[in-house]
Amino acid sequence: MKVYFDHNATTPLHPEVKKEMIAGMEMFGNPSSMHAYGREARANVEHARRQVADFIGAKENEIIFVGSGSEANNTVLSLFVCASSQCIPGSRRSTIITTKIEHPCVLETAECLAHRGVKVKYLDVDRYGTIDLDQLAGLLNDNVGLVSVMMANNEIGTLQDIETITRMVHESGAYMHTDAVQAVGKVPVDVRKLGVDFLTISAHKIYGPKGVGALFVKQGIPYCPLIRGGHQERGRRAGTENTLGILGMARAVEMRMVEMPEEEERLLALKQVLQKGIEERIDDISINGHPTDSLASTLNVSFTGVEGEAILLYLDLEGIAVSTGSACASGSLDPSHVLLATGVDAELAHGSIRFSMGRETTLQEVEYLLDVLPKIIKQIRNMSTAYIKGGLHATSR
Amino acid sequence: MLQAGEWAYSETLKEHFMNPKNILQGENTDDFDGVGMEGNLQCGDQMMVVIKVDRERDIITDCQWKTYGCASAIASTSVLSEMVKGRTLDAAFHISPKEVAQELGGLPDHKIHCSVLGDKALRAAINNYYTRTGQEDKVKQEQVKVVCQCMNITDHDIEDAVLEGARTYFELQERTKCGTVCGQCKDETELLLAKFKHLHFGI
Repeated sequence: MKVYFDHNATTPLHPEVKKEMIAGMEMFGNPSSMHAYGREARANVEHARRQVADFIGAKENEIIFVGSGSEANNTVLSLFVCASSQCIPGSRRSTIITTKIEHPCVLETAECLAHRGVKVKYLDVDRYGTIDLDQLAGLLNDNVGLVSVMMANNEIGTLQDIETITRMVHESGAYMHTDAVQAVGKVPVDVRKLGVDFLTISAHKIYGPKGVGALFVKQGIPYCPLIRGGHQERGRRAGTENTLGILGMARAVEMRMVEMPEEEERLLALKQVLQKGIEERIDDISINGHPTDSLASTLNVSFTGVEGEAILLYLDLEGIAVSTGSACASGSLDPSHVLLATGVDAELAHGSIRFSMGRETTLQEVEYLLDVLPKIIKQIRNMSTAYIKGGLHATSR
Repeated sequence: MLQAGEWAYSETLKEHFMNPKNILQGENTDDFDGVGMEGNLQCGDQMMVVIKVDRERDIITDCQWKTYGCASAIASTSVLSEMVKGRTLDAAFHISPKEVAQELGGLPDHKIHCSVLGDKALRAAINNYYTRTGQEDKVKQEQVKVVCQCMNITDHDIEDAVLEGARTYFELQERTKCGTVCGQCKDETELLLAKFKHLHFGI
C-alpha cells in the first residue's frame, strides 16, 4: 500500500487541475503580445487573477502572480530595505518584527536584512506555537515598519489570530504581512476580514502546480518589485507570466472553493483517529502544536528515544510518506527550529514526525499507518540506547 | 519520466538499516567483557558497543550494540559489529571511521558525523575491557579527542584554527563551526582555546 502523509510538503495535482493544464498546453502565446495568441493568453491570466482574488476576498489588481511562496515572502520583506522614498514613505521605520517559527524563506531573508542594517525582532511562541500578543504589543512602536507572522505553521499546524495581530500592528502604524501558504485552501481566508496588507499564497500546497504562487498587496500600499525589468504584473513582477502554472493555480483555487467546506470536518475526524490511535498504541509520545487552533490536516508527534530519520525511512519501506522535523534527514544537524521555539527538548525534537493529510486521505490509510507505526517505533526503540540505564544522560565527556 | 530514485544511501547501508546485525537485546550487559558508550541524545546520536573477548588470544569473539540515531548511525554500528568479530583487540582499536564508511559503500558528506561514534564506542569498550581485567597499562587514551560531537571538531582542529588566527570563541566558531548545534562543548572549547593561545602565542 502506498500512502501519502506529506501534504504540507506538497500535494498531488487535482484531477481537474491536470485536465485544465493538459488543455492549456496548447496555449503558448505571450500575454504581452497584442495578436490573437497573446490575447488568448492574456484573457486566461486575467481570468485566473479574478478567481484567485475572489478566493481570498481581494480585488483583481491586488493579486501579483509570482514563482513561489518563497518569492512572495522575499518580496515583502525586501520592500523594507528599499531606500527610495518612492517605495516606503515612512522608511525611517527601520524595524521588522517576525516570529521564531516562520518558514526559512522569511527567517533567512530577515537575517540578510539584519546584515544590511534593518533591526529584526523575533517573537517567541508558547508551548503550542502561539505568539504572545503582549510581547508583540511591547515591541510595537514608531520604528516598526513591518510585521510578518505566518497564519498556519507548516510543521505543527498552529494557527495565529491574524485578525487581532493586524489590528494591533495597524494601530502602531506598521504594515502587516502574513505567510498564508499553509492556511489558504485549508481554512477560510478573507483578506478584508483579516485586514492584512500583504498575504502569500502557493499553488502546489492546494493541489495546483509547483512554481507558481500569488502575492496579495492591498491597494494603495507602497510596493517595490523584487524582480525588475518588465511591465508584467503591472510592473510589479518582471518576467513572462507562467501561463500554464497560473491556469492550473486558478483551477486549483476553484476546486478548493467547492471542496474545502466539507473537507475540514472530515480531516479533523481523521486526525482524531490518528492521534487517538498513536496515543493508545505507543508509549512515551507527545503531541506538538495547538490542540484546537491548528490545521485539521496536520499532526506532529514526538517519539521518545527514536530519531526521526530512522522512522521516516522505515515508514518509506512500508510505502508511507511522512516528514520529519529532525534535521538529520535534510542535511542540517539542527533539530526543528519550530519545535525548539515551542520549548521541546532537542532530544525529543530529533524524534518528531509530521503527518499531514489531504483531500484524498482515507480512514483506511490512517488505519494502515496505525497498524505499521507501532511496530516500527518498537523496533527502533529495541535498538536505541535511550531505553537503557544511563542512556538518557550518558555523554562521551 | 524517471522512477523514484534510490535512497541517498548505498545498497549496503540500506541492507544494514533494514536488517541490522548484532543488536544487543534487553539491557543486560553482564555477559560481556567490555562496554563502551559515546555521544548524547541532545545531538541526536548515541551509541553503545559491548564486546566479548577470547582472553587467551586477545580476540573479539562477539560484538553487540545499541544506537540512537539516523539510518547511517544505525547501519554504521551494525557494519562495525560485523567488522570487528575475529579481530584482535589491537586491530579493532585502530578501525577508523573511514574504514566503516568504506565498508558501507560510502556515506554522504553530511552523514559522516553520524558514523564516527561507533568506532569511538568500540574503543571505549576495549578500554573498559582492559580496565576490568587489570590491564590498565594497555588503556589507550584517544590521541585525537572530538570536542564538538555535533560537528565532529577535534582538539586538533581547534589548535589549527588558533594557529591560523582565531582568538575568540566566535572566531573559532566561524572557522570550525564548533558548538554551532547543541553548544554543550562551549566550556571545553574555551578551555582549549585559552590553552593553545597560551601555548603558541603566550597570550
